[in-house]
Order: sequence, then C-alpha cells, then structure tokens
Amino acid sequence: MQDAITTRNLTKTFGSFTAVDAITFHVKKGEIFGFLGANGAGKTTAMRMLCGLSFPTSGKATVAGFDVATETEKIKRSIGYMSQKFSLYEDLTVRENIRFYAGIYGKSRAFIREKTSRVLQQLRLENEADKLVGALPLGWKQKLAFSVAIFHEPEIVFLDEPTGGVDPVTRREFWNLIYEAAGDGITVFVTTHYMDEAEYCDRVSIMVDGKIGALDSPKGLKETFGVNSMDEVFLKLARGAKRSDG
Amino acid sequence: MKSVTAQDLVKTYGTKKDVVTALNNVSFEVEQGELFGIIGPDGAGKTSLFRILTTLLLADSGRATVDNLDVVKDLKAIRKRVGYMPGRFSLYQDLTVAENLEFFATIFETSIQENYDLIKDIYQQIEPFKDRRAGKLSGGMKQKLALSCALIHRPGVLFLDEPTTGVDAVSRKEFWDMLKTLKRQGITILVSTPYMDEASLCDRVALIQTGNILSIDSPAGIVDNFKPTLLAVRANQMYPLLLDLQRYEGARDAYAFGEYHHLVLKSGFNEAGVRSYLDRSAHEGVEIKPSRPVIEDCFIALMKQPTGAAADNHQPSA
Repeated sequence: MQDAITTRNLTKTFGSFTAVDAITFHVKKGEIFGFLGANGAGKTTAMRMLCGLSFPTSGKATVAGFDVATETEKIKRSIGYMSQKFSLYEDLTVRENIRFYAGIYGKSRAFIREKTSRVLQQLRLENEADKLVGALPLGWKQKLAFSVAIFHEPEIVFLDEPTGGVDPVTRREFWNLIYEAAGDGITVFVTTHYMDEAEYCDRVSIMVDGKIGALDSPKGLKETFGVNSMDEVFLKLARGAKRSDG
Repeated sequence: MKSVTAQDLVKTYGTKKDVVTALNNVSFEVEQGELFGIIGPDGAGKTSLFRILTTLLLADSGRATVDNLDVVKDLKAIRKRVGYMPGRFSLYQDLTVAENLEFFATIFETSIQENYDLIKDIYQQIEPFKDRRAGKLSGGMKQKLALSCALIHRPGVLFLDEPTTGVDAVSRKEFWDMLKTLKRQGITILVSTPYMDEASLCDRVALIQTGNILSIDSPAGIVDNFKPTLLAVRANQMYPLLLDLQRYEGARDAYAFGEYHHLVLKSGFNEAGVRSYLDRSAHEGVEIKPSRPVIEDCFIALMKQPTGAAADNHQPSA
C-alpha cells in the first residue's frame, strides 16, 4: 500500500540553526499518527514543510504522493489543516463557514448541500446551523473546525494541538471524530501536549532537537523504554534534549 | 488568616439580549500560604476571576477580598501586594531581560538586589541571556522572566493565569517544581490550568466549568467523593470496544482514558457482569481491571451531573 507521507533526510535550516535535522519516516494510509516533541524540538517547522508552506533546505518528502518541494499546490488540495489557534470565521454562521471552505476547495453546490446536512447531524448542530460561529462554545467550535477541515474529503488531515484547553468530555468527543475520520480512510497527523492522547494514536513519533528521537506504537515505545505510560516515555526522551527551551 | 475570599461573584458580558455568564455565583476561600488551583477548560471563567481578584475588572455583583482588603475599595493597596502573571505574555518585548526586571522593580519602588533571594532560583536560569530582548526568548524562558517580574516586589499573593498552557510536559514539570519552592517561602499562590493532571500538585483545588464551581476540596478529597465502581478496560480494537462499552446496560459512562477505556458502572453492576457482556462480543485481547479514579474522572462525572446538583456544591468546603 502506498504511504500517505514519506520523508527522507528532510532538513530545514534557518541560518546556522538546524530546526529539522534529516528526519526520515513514513505514515501509512488511514493511520492515526501522533507527532510529539518538546517546545522548540522542530514539530511546527516539519509540519509546515509537509503542508507545503515552507520549502525544505535539503532532503525529500512526499505528501499524498506529491513532492513538497515542487508540487505544493497539489498537496494543499489533498490535505486538510486545523490548529488550536486557527478557527472559523466567527461572524459567519455555521452553514456559511462550511459553504465558504467547501467552496474554496471547489466542491459543487450539490455536494455541499448534501454533505452539510450529514455533518450537522453528526455534530448534533442542526439547530445551530444558522447561528454565528462566535456564539458557539469552544468545544463545539473545535469539533466544527475539524469537520470543516475534512469536509472536502482530503487524503490527509493535519491537526496542530486541536484539543488544547478543551474540556475533558469534549476532548473525547473530538477523538471520536478522529476515529471516525480514520475509519473513513483519512490519514490523521496530529500533535498534542496531552500524553493520554498519544495512546490513542496507532503510532507516535517524538522529536528531540530536530531529529526523530523515537517512533513506534505506544505499546512498543513503552516496552522499549521500560515504562508504564507515554508520559514517562516523553519525559525520558525530552529530558535528554540539548536544545532546551528553558 | 484568609488570604483570598470570593463571595457570590457574578460576571456577565455582552448585551441584555445576548448575555454570556463568565462567573455564576462563585464563592471560595484561600488560606494564607496555600497553593490553590483553579482547574477548568477554556471558557470556564478562570481569567475573569483572576482579573476581578487583581482589581483589573469589576464584578457585576458579589464581594472579594485579598489580604483582607476589598478588591473594589482598596484597589491601590491590593495592587502593591499581589503579583499577577497573565495568560498572555505581557512583558515589554523590546526591552531586554534585565531591563524588564529592572522596570518592574522600579515601579514597585524596590530593587532587584533587595528581593533577589526570592527570584534567584528562577532568574539564574535566564540570567545568561539578560541582555537579550524579551521578544527573542523561547517560550520557557519568557515564562521564567514573567514569573521573576511578578515576584520582584515580594507579593503576598501570586496569581498565575494558565502558566503551563501550550507548554510541553517537561517544562510543565519544571514550572510546578518552581511553584513548590515559592510556596515554601510562604507566598499564597492561586494558579489556573486546563490540565487536570496538575490538580494533584495543589493543596486544594476548585473545579470550574462555564462559570460554575463544580467542587472545592483537596485533590484526595475530590477523588474520595467519586463513589461508583470504575473499571479500566482494553482490547485489541479500542474504538469498537468503546462503542460496545457505551451500549452496556450497566454503564453509567464510558470514555477513552489513555491506554485503557474507563467504564463507570451503575450501582448493582460489577466486573463479572462486564466480563460476561464482553464475552458475548467478538473482542479479542480483553483486559478488565478495577481502576482508581483521578481528577479527570471526577471532572467528567461532575460535568455530566444535572446542573441542580452542581449548584449545591458552591459553598467552600473548608
């Protein structure tokens, strides 16, 4: 099976600083892939390259089969993206936000109409469809933002700390949406600071000082490091970091 | 002596037609020298509460005191006695590390030398960069500088609004170690956080959600109040397992919890019942074991209880 993401010695330098240092990994189609690392380890820089927003200094990477150095526009069409900070337009309604983003991806009116009602039903937002997004509670906004990010049925969705600050119940509802998306064949690439969420991933990579410090299933990582939780795996790895954030 | 008191604090925003209630009759008391946590997600009202207590925002109704001073009448006296670290980095980006610290010392009519012992452990970690502009610091270093600036006038009460949000697990741990050191110096600390696992590091915590305090107690006390049987369950296919657990007639609640799912049982149901229920399904690799609840289990249970029951919990338990 073709991989959703492949990188080979992917590197990004800023002046004399090597933010991402020759990372090599593969993400399988339909996989939930956790991308962890301490602040400053190089996660954001790596993710920006994979989304076609930043050119690699050297090395290679493909996303959905397209080259991140030469086919960035094709990549952007094949992916969805959502971050904690980037949200929807607060002064548009739920329905208008969906129509706007789906329109940008060139989806037909019939597709948008049919899928909008399905998504609203799934999120139980039917009665809020014509309310301004700004009036929704944060947790609903994040779930809606995720649904909008995958509305155009991308091959891969990138989620940058999607559950930061979200209450524990909504955080779990959010992960149910992730599982459903993965069940529909969408590859999920997700960063988080919640170590319990690392357990929900099929495989997890942990970046340390611009390199991949470890990559395995949560079970495999715990066995390798001889500990009981992902929290301890993370602390063991990140403690060894030279590029301290503090 | 009570270091901080809040009595029936109400704060709303918006217009009459479209009211958002940030704080709904919030009451609690914090003892002198206590490390008190306000635990809740975004939108719970944490920042409004801290801004009222630091005299930066007026409540619609209710009363609050800090060091026995009224937050409305005695605002000038309170401002001399509290240290406040807002959630958003709010130092001068174009001043250096040393200049920022000097500035805050000067406006509080003190000097870095006078209180250096208080900030020494924290400030020494960023002192090698003292000539760097604050805007050029990493997240962790900014946080240490902000804490140093909030402490330089030796406040009696320290308010830290989400100091660890967006901070990785290692830096979070370091930050809590710093708080423990400060607590030993007798400073009362109020700290807010969306991370439930940080609750156990506080003396007492208030769990807060959409402006309502769900519970106030020691972390151990909150956990003791969780009465139903809690099981940790796993199988080879975790998501289908979760759906099956949620359909179980004896399930009060079932939700993902790291490596395992947590299953909260209704009274009258037990582990053996769950086992035979799952035996009838196609799950492989099933593992079931009793589990001790943690703060997050309690928070989820309190969030899901009828609001009437939550309202009974408003009064401070201390």
